[in-house]
Amino acid sequence: MLLAAIGSGFVMALLAPGLTRRLGRAAGWVFAILPVTLTLLFAGAWSAAADGAPITTTLAWVPELGLSLSFRADGLSLLFALLITGIGALVVLYGGSYLHGDRDLGRFYSWLFVFMAAMLGVALADNLLLLFVFWELTSLSSYMLIGFGHDRAPARQAALQALLITGGGGLALLAGLVLLGVGAGTFEISALLGQGAAARIDPLYVPAVGLILVGAFTKSAQFPFHFWLPNAMEAPTPISAYLHSATMVKAGVYLLLRLSPALGGTELWTLVVGGVGATTMVLGAVLALAQTDLKRLLAYSTVSALGLLTLLIGIGTPRALEAAVVFLLAHALYKGALFLVAGILDHETGTRDITRLGGLWRGLPITAAAAGGAALSMAGLPPLFGFISKELAYEAALAGPGGPALIAVVVIAGIGFVVVAAQVGLAPFWGRRPTDEGVAHAHEPGVSLWLGPMILSLASLGAGVFAGAVGGWVGPAVASATGTPVTVRLALWHGLNPALWLSLLTLAVGGLLFAARRPIRNGLSRLNPVLGADLGFQAGLGGLNAVAQAQTRFFQNGYLRFYLLMVVATTILLVGGTLVSQIGVGWPLDVLDVQAHEVVFGGLILVAALVAITSRSRLSAIAALGAAGFGVSLIYLWYGAPDLAMTQFLIESLTVILFVLVFYHLPHFTRLSSPGARARDIVIALLAGGLMTALVLTVLAVPLFPSISGYYGAVSAAEAHGRNVVNVILVDFRGLDTLGEITVLGIAATGVYALLKLHPRNPAVGPVYDSARSEDGS
Amino acid sequence: MEIVLAFVIGGLYAAAVYMLLRRSLVKMLIGLALLSHAANLLIFAVARLTRGRPPIISLGAEDLASPYADPLPQALILTSIVISFGVMAFALALAYRTYRTTGTDDLDAMRGSDR
Repeated sequence: MLLAAIGSGFVMALLAPGLTRRLGRAAGWVFAILPVTLTLLFAGAWSAAADGAPITTTLAWVPELGLSLSFRADGLSLLFALLITGIGALVVLYGGSYLHGDRDLGRFYSWLFVFMAAMLGVALADNLLLLFVFWELTSLSSYMLIGFGHDRAPARQAALQALLITGGGGLALLAGLVLLGVGAGTFEISALLGQGAAARIDPLYVPAVGLILVGAFTKSAQFPFHFWLPNAMEAPTPISAYLHSATMVKAGVYLLLRLSPALGGTELWTLVVGGVGATTMVLGAVLALAQTDLKRLLAYSTVSALGLLTLLIGIGTPRALEAAVVFLLAHALYKGALFLVAGILDHETGTRDITRLGGLWRGLPITAAAAGGAALSMAGLPPLFGFISKELAYEAALAGPGGPALIAVVVIAGIGFVVVAAQVGLAPFWGRRPTDEGVAHAHEPGVSLWLGPMILSLASLGAGVFAGAVGGWVGPAVASATGTPVTVRLALWHGLNPALWLSLLTLAVGGLLFAARRPIRNGLSRLNPVLGADLGFQAGLGGLNAVAQAQTRFFQNGYLRFYLLMVVATTILLVGGTLVSQIGVGWPLDVLDVQAHEVVFGGLILVAALVAITSRSRLSAIAALGAAGFGVSLIYLWYGAPDLAMTQFLIESLTVILFVLVFYHLPHFTRLSSPGARARDIVIALLAGGLMTALVLTVLAVPLFPSISGYYGAVSAAEAHGRNVVNVILVDFRGLDTLGEITVLGIAATGVYALLKLHPRNPAVGPVYDSARSEDGS
Repeated sequence: MEIVLAFVIGGLYAAAVYMLLRRSLVKMLIGLALLSHAANLLIFAVARLTRGRPPIISLGAEDLASPYADPLPQALILTSIVISFGVMAFALALAYRTYRTTGTDDLDAMRGSDR
């Protein structure tokens, strides 16, 4: 069932573009059927998870690598799955209206379903490697969806940034998961969690946790990787609501919750996870105050919320984990709603600038109500669900290990939520009407747009009012995170405890800050670029590109001889270095077996070669080259290779004739290189020559592997009826090689003919040499 | 006796590499010609040499009489010589054509088609 649930999303992704064209306006409603069905399915699986016998599916994929298609729907997985499909249904419906008429709507749905399926995979996977595969798929679909408006440069940049950061984190995650799996001896998450403390004392624990945390932090936009999330607001608003608030950015948090029974509870975990979470939380809360764009405001507050979740997981007590799971649910409900509201405002008024919005409740009463509910939940007012989650977070902080500092940072985050909630959910709808015509005459959108935020707001309210039922309902999810069965009791009234006093303080300070929001914004917006870390990323990316370019310019500079120089120098260094350091240059035994005329032949060749390379006259260079060739053929003749000598002699004569013919048309030799370049080339050439000599000497010092020539000698006369063994080899034993050789000659002859005889007539393909280009400094 | 060839090979390689690194196209071609000599001699020498005993089965005999020069490297070199000639002929024609088209044999000046 789980496999089918995930697979259906991928199938839908394939069908979506075609269906979108057919269905037109109804597309959103029809497409929503799938996520709604899945929501019902997962809701049905709840009781099994609550009984401690979650539904599982296992299918072998690559068993050798420990990779199997195994899925497990326990409490935490189902909580996520329900968020993914439930909010997914609303977003699918909303997206159809929001992007109505966009020519790429089919593509939008396609990637949306890919994402939904991949995210379900992350939530339900019971195999570390499988989880990674889906994890990367979510990054990829996020990239495509952020870059949906790919004709705008900022969208492309934001998409690339998100991909680089989450993709880079994904690589770290893979390494961490592999270390974890190798250390534990299993890649099945359920088996891993069953081993309990074993993972924490494994020597691979520290590197594994470090790498996994990098993956989780990048995905969940934790400091110092937080900046991609506000930039990802380039995505269409339904995507921001879905991926970048309710689900995908919580994948990191999910992973931490999931692995916390196995990896959590150590000092390292508490310090790093808690510390990073606290930093992110405060940073997000402060930076949010500087924003005027509705979506960026929400994005920074999402960063802050993700920080709070991470912090709670870092604290790691059952209380804190319970608070984390409850806050995760509350946040998904209210933040999803607020994003969708922001989209409606953008859609109806044409602006997302909070300074230009106000008094919209007259035109958009339903949206105003939905926004109000979500905002009150976010601010943590009873009887909404946000109130309960905030009380739990405060209680966890009060009981946590961090003392007053911890309590202070959590309260700061709470204050930030109040201010943001008021700015996004309340200020645009109440207060003075702006003079702006377009804003003032905005009116209520269609039902498919307001239905999503309304349902989510009502869910926030319902979950608050029926807190007791919800408590029983999230119990299994908390149990997955703590690793032990727990009973969660949620209630609106916890008595007059310290958390309640903190809540009142939060509201009071939040209200004050909201009143003073303009001066605060002005003051902070100057700090924003410094704290944004975006600049650091840009600088890093620029630096990387500069290094790549410089390296390419250096190694791929277009000079043929530079490439040759590099190849030769590398060979000298690697082969020569190895020869000298590892093997040592050999020395053949029969050194003294040298006859005088052999030395003469050798000397002749060397002198001829020297003349060929030093001569200033073309003719003498060619003559010397010919002399060297004839010297080589003498060597062949002397050492029992008459066929070679003959061929070499003929070919050498032909080559000399060709050289003379061609050089007649070519310019005189001139010295083009500088003396320095010549000196460098001489050194390189001598080193290369010396290396070859050393190699030959070394080879000669070791015994020769028996040649197969004995076989050729024995069968040449008997079977091939030829007495010249070399000829028999060429035309018989290796006849196909010779056929290939003839083919090469034929091709070369055709090429020569074409080069000499054919003249380009079409000026468009004509002279390749462009004088203007060659003179501009190249 | 191979020791002489070892130094001849080294000398040829050095000369070939030096010429290949020249800016002039025609000098590069001389380097190419020297390089094929060097490579052929390398194959010849490392397979060990035998003086004056070509691998030819004498009339009436059924097998090569030991000692004999190894026929296998000779067959390889024969192919190599012919192929080098083909490459050389093509390269010379190309150099001729290039000079006619571009008016230069300085490799540094020939960047018109490469950008």
